[in-house]
Amino acid sequence: MIAFNKYYNLFNLLSSVLIIVSLLLLIFKGLNFGIDFKGGTLIELRASDSKISVSSLRDRFNQMDLGDVSVKKFGNDTDFLVKFENKDNKKNVIEEIKTNLDKSFGNNYDFRRVENVGPKVSAELLKSGVIAISLSLALMLIYIWIRFEWQFSLGAILALFHDVIVTLGVFSLFSLEINLSIIAAILTIVGYSMNDTVVIFDRVRENLRKYSDIKIFELTNISINETLSRTIITSATTLLALLAIYFFGGEILKGFSLAMILGVIFGTYSSIYIANTVLVRLKVSQKTVLREDDQK
Amino acid sequence: MLYFSKLRILFITLFSVLFILITSSNLFKFDDNFFDKKINLGLDLQGGSYLLLEIDNEPIIEQKLQNLTTTIRNYFKEKNIKIINIKIDNQNIFFNVTENDKQSVLDVFQDENSDLNPYYPRFKSHQLEIKDTGVNLKVNFSRQGLIKLKTSSQDQAIEIVRRRVDEVGTNEPNILKRGNNRILVELPGLDDPMRIKSLLGKTANLTFRFVTNDENDRFGVEKIKFENDLEEATVSKRIIISGENLLDAQPKMDPQTNQTIVSFTLDRVGAKRFGKATSTGIGKQLAIVLDGKIISAPVVRDTIASGSGQISGGFTFQTATDLALLLRSGALPAPLEIIEERTVGPDLGQDSINAGMIALAIGFLLVIIFMFVKYKIFGLITNVTLIVNLFILLGVLTLFEATLTLPGIAGIILTVGMAVDANVLIFERIKEELKDETNNILAFDGGYTKSRTAILDANITTLLAAIILFFMGSGPVKGFAVTLGVGIFTTLFSVYFIARLFTSIYVTRNKDKEKLI
Repeated sequence: MIAFNKYYNLFNLLSSVLIIVSLLLLIFKGLNFGIDFKGGTLIELRASDSKISVSSLRDRFNQMDLGDVSVKKFGNDTDFLVKFENKDNKKNVIEEIKTNLDKSFGNNYDFRRVENVGPKVSAELLKSGVIAISLSLALMLIYIWIRFEWQFSLGAILALFHDVIVTLGVFSLFSLEINLSIIAAILTIVGYSMNDTVVIFDRVRENLRKYSDIKIFELTNISINETLSRTIITSATTLLALLAIYFFGGEILKGFSLAMILGVIFGTYSSIYIANTVLVRLKVSQKTVLREDDQK
Repeated sequence: MLYFSKLRILFITLFSVLFILITSSNLFKFDDNFFDKKINLGLDLQGGSYLLLEIDNEPIIEQKLQNLTTTIRNYFKEKNIKIINIKIDNQNIFFNVTENDKQSVLDVFQDENSDLNPYYPRFKSHQLEIKDTGVNLKVNFSRQGLIKLKTSSQDQAIEIVRRRVDEVGTNEPNILKRGNNRILVELPGLDDPMRIKSLLGKTANLTFRFVTNDENDRFGVEKIKFENDLEEATVSKRIIISGENLLDAQPKMDPQTNQTIVSFTLDRVGAKRFGKATSTGIGKQLAIVLDGKIISAPVVRDTIASGSGQISGGFTFQTATDLALLLRSGALPAPLEIIEERTVGPDLGQDSINAGMIALAIGFLLVIIFMFVKYKIFGLITNVTLIVNLFILLGVLTLFEATLTLPGIAGIILTVGMAVDANVLIFERIKEELKDETNNILAFDGGYTKSRTAILDANITTLLAAIILFFMGSGPVKGFAVTLGVGIFTTLFSVYFIARLFTSIYVTRNKDKEKLI
């Protein structure tokens, strides 16, 4: 049996530091919002001429007065991703760009993807993203409250909060782009992390009913160990699937799968070191779950 | 938990075979409608355009209020009530009446049978609200009145949008209402939405009006610019005919001038008015005004009584075709703005499908190998279950003709990774049971029973997340929510029926063996 409980304090401290650092990053550095949430235009371009490079494209686009332009390679040497603010929300901006690029590069390029999100839509998408995440946290809180006791509910929610904040913190630290699919990833992380926490909680509750003489400090450790191989196997298979998406699923799914990979790692960690320590600190005992049984 | 009746085995087998068949129907073509179901590919996979249009209702509201001032004035004139200082400001009408008349004016607006101010009994609300500000009376649209106005302009606009899109002839466009002032247009397979975008961006409000130099024209005049933005002409506000009078419009080549023109045919009312106007207006210039710009202003040479005519204006064949199309499909009630656009080229779509399939194959293989190494014979059972699960998941998506998107494929891969969870929970529990239980059957039974609450809770939480995602997400993300959500149900089915069936067969045959798992 591994003595997870020996490190409860240590990891609680670490988690607190992680959350605080993440929050500071979110406040002072902020998130790198993609056009979904910031508005603007995105063009994925494939070139069939070596003349077309990041710098030559940047030159062309900068001449067009489109506001802030960013040009990046996308996956391989012939694909580029161009993003700009399109501040005045020009109507025929794509047409203008095509005419302009035709002059310099002829027909040797192809627009593979064009996205244009107006300021009104991006504001709405951001709002509905925030609502979705808050709503999912609230629903989880209520569900666990119904199925368990409030102490469990609080533990689970703190673990979820940790996972979401720290994942966003990593995205902020490395300036990774936040778009619609990242919101989907975060919601899935919420579901996954909850899943992990619930399995351990289920065992804690069972053990609480079984043993009246074991303190919660010891009991959580027993429960974590009993479910440990399941925790490892499920995390492993989920990570295998996600790694397959990350490496083979194409550029578009990269950010999404990365967020999920981070989320699975943080989710597994938080189920053990946040959710359970909340039970310990709230001094959950056999009485807590037996009272629940009486009510039923 | 390990007992299966023959009937149940039959049911499980039939069910699985059925879904495997449904899934494989994606690969073949059936004549029969019932079998010919396929998973729809989302725009991100098959390529195409997604356009979100917003109706700008401001001009309509302005126009309605403008008309309303006239109506109010005439209505109360009949009742010998004098309306003074009537004006429109910030979507409100303000006016004054004498102190004696005030109450009767208020009464008219608040009368449920008033023909000036329609009453909607269903919403217990009038179209207009009136308020005595002390200085004057203020009339504006009520909340319900505005909603009615917006939905009716949306109804008209969606009809026009549909006609225009159909005229261009893209395959299976999807045109839907969003809220009460937006229209969603999905155009699968459309590589370059430029033409549709420019067609949808035009209101196509056409009027024929005389050019006049008389500043005191009875109907009022306005200065309107020509298409080239250089010249300007003073045009009467009297409308001879408008786009509504057109029956048909076609691009043509004028044999005399060799120019591309748009020829049109008028309805009876239009033909009569056009005939009368051209007979009295010989020698005058008739301006053809489209969306606030003069296309051309030819001089009337003869009376045109045939009810047909032509518009010239230096068109290319393409612009003439587009103008004819716009005139045939009618004018939009208000300008539309494209507030969101997402276009994916077909080759990127194909690349995404390929990448998704490769990721699925590799993810699947990795999980299968891992499970086999870890659990041997039970890993094999899990793997068979996983394959059947995948077929059932795809079968359900086929049956409901769901839309598969790139994130949707990611959802399937993720389901593969998470689907083993329930089996792992059960197997690990059985291992624990076997520590103090020598009877294999009892231990397996206990494993299934005791792991049930954990499996249930774990799956419900994921399902909750998927449901929220489904209702809050848009487009591709919705596809992810669908596969993730459906995946939970198919996983539970395959774990509790298929995997358990195989387990039960294996355990019953080897019940005396030690260290079964």
